[in-house]
Amino acid sequence: MLKLTQLGYDAIRRHGEETYPHECCGVLLGHFEDADRSVTKTVRCGNTRSDSPHNRYHIAPEELVRIQRQAREAELEIVGFYHSHPDHPAGWSQTDLAEAHWIGCSYVITSVERGLAKITNSFLLSGESEENKRFEDEPVRVAADLAASVNESKGQAVASETINNRNS
Amino acid sequence: MKILIPTPLRLYAGKQDTVDVKATTVGDALVQLTSTHPDLKKHLYTDDGKLRAFVNVYLNDEDVRYLAEKENTRVKDGDHLSIIPSIAGGNIW
Repeated sequence: MLKLTQLGYDAIRRHGEETYPHECCGVLLGHFEDADRSVTKTVRCGNTRSDSPHNRYHIAPEELVRIQRQAREAELEIVGFYHSHPDHPAGWSQTDLAEAHWIGCSYVITSVERGLAKITNSFLLSGESEENKRFEDEPVRVAADLAASVNESKGQAVASETINNRNS
Repeated sequence: MKILIPTPLRLYAGKQDTVDVKATTVGDALVQLTSTHPDLKKHLYTDDGKLRAFVNVYLNDEDVRYLAEKENTRVKDGDHLSIIPSIAGGNIW
């Protein structure tokens, strides 16, 4: 499961709306909790794919180096990443899988239709190596405060949004 | 010097986020890392011994691929070597 605060969830979706019709991208910082990833901070990144920003994203490695170092100093870990799919469903593509290398981390995708964030899904990159990696649908829990009680059923998020429901 | 290990590779580095090595060059540091933690090798290198294309190695804030001496660049105490798998994707193949 991916645990997000309402603030983090909103920030991801707002970022996708702001960069529309281009893809946004960013890093999720937090902690690994047994089988879950708990996000306490989202970090916006620039999309370096200026040649095709409407359907490609890439985070500059030097930006990742800086984020990884700052996360370590703050006793946080990189637990995942997010990006948007402008006018495209919130499911992973073969490109997303081919270019995903952080096994054990969450990959959040938000569909943005005509400038408005629609569906936000998360996929856990599973496997043991590049040769057998795969994306698995991952439940998302959104809470105003992570300690708050929320609906934890798979495919349902709190507030007025539905997340992790690719077909809705 | 310290080598910063990204989260997906910590499982193969004794669950540590950093590994300390006493090395003279970047290449020496990577050899020491994979000698101490041999399970890391297949995740960092191809079968023919080349660094995988998606694995970025930064000496402090510099991409080792673009340093004049590349992996032969000398290192000193206090340097940080960051291993960063790339992050990219997109909505079509």
